[in-house]
Amino acid sequence: MEKTLTKEFTKGFWEILPPFRLVLGLCPVLAVTKYAENGIGMGLATTFVLLFSNIIISSLKSIIPKKVRIAAYIVIIATFVVIVELLMQAFFFPIYEKLGIFIPLIVVNCIILGRAEAFASKNPIYLSAADGLGVGLGFTLSLFFVGSLREILGYGSFLGMDIMWETFKPFSFMIEAPGAFVCLGLLLAVINLISKK
Amino acid sequence: MKEYIKMIAVLSAITAVCGFLLASIKTGTEERIEEQILLNVKGPAVNQVLKSSTNDLIKDRKEIVINDKKYVVFVGKKDNNTWAVTFESGGGGFGGDIGVMVGYNLETDMLTGIGITTHKETPGVGSKVTGNLFTRNFTDKSITDIFKIKQDGGVIYAVTGATISSKGVCSAVQKSIALYPEIKEKILEE
Repeated sequence: MEKTLTKEFTKGFWEILPPFRLVLGLCPVLAVTKYAENGIGMGLATTFVLLFSNIIISSLKSIIPKKVRIAAYIVIIATFVVIVELLMQAFFFPIYEKLGIFIPLIVVNCIILGRAEAFASKNPIYLSAADGLGVGLGFTLSLFFVGSLREILGYGSFLGMDIMWETFKPFSFMIEAPGAFVCLGLLLAVINLISKK
Repeated sequence: MKEYIKMIAVLSAITAVCGFLLASIKTGTEERIEEQILLNVKGPAVNQVLKSSTNDLIKDRKEIVINDKKYVVFVGKKDNNTWAVTFESGGGGFGGDIGVMVGYNLETDMLTGIGITTHKETPGVGSKVTGNLFTRNFTDKSITDIFKIKQDGGVIYAVTGATISSKGVCSAVQKSIALYPEIKEKILEE
């Protein structure tokens, strides 16, 4: 199977779209998607980490000994997570405050270690960068989608603006944790239905 | 043997580079992060307690050292006359320290008000101490008043069900008042 740049980039949007096709990284999906805005913030932070850790891991793949590869990957990933945390604190403080503990928790997001182990450690740098960016943006879109759904139903607003009709009663179940599970489950079901041939 | 040395060398090199990178980014962003925290966490409280000021409160902050401790003091000005100051102090609440910004009118030595900056009190119970209903207790009181809750013989009405949180705020205000004379002196000197 030939690997091309566009193919590696676009597979993140459907073929292995996290968290729906690749059921990984569920913790942030459940935790930060009360608002669509939080979803975008979390997604972009993850994309940043994914892109750079993929590039670095791919470029170091020949010098990292097999036996300590996971430790080395985690150190690299953790470094980028702290960088993104500091940068968000410095430049996007309000969104950093909302995401709180979930920014440092990107370290243990399975998608990132998964891409490092499954893709970046075996492929050239440019393909790894495309893969990281694609998967990251796919993740961002998924979080944005789940976030929008929950915000519209749970608060009756979208990106902070009221959009529902006046007599609309917010379905507050959607903004609680169980609502997140139900929402994710239904979306997974729909996506499985679509992708089933 | 050679393999072990390589493993150790590679891991150490990676961690060293990462450590260096993080240290440099940390120093690079430190100042801006401090500013952002001032603006977003302390800013609202500062603006609340010194609300009739005409200057940029965050920008005109001063650092004052008393007994080797550094205090960030926000100075309120009206038509270029310094009329009030505020600085943060803390008291133990129910869930941890409560940060309280206490504002003072320099002419009358009265409190202009208080604002809660950070707290970990129970939502819906202890967290009510951040509300106006409780904080307005402190507004326009003299620094010679007894800042304790009514049950303890003071002048403050505690929030029902949140006595410990209310006492925490009171103790923060007491600590703040103890510092006020020295801070006032230093501000007026300048």
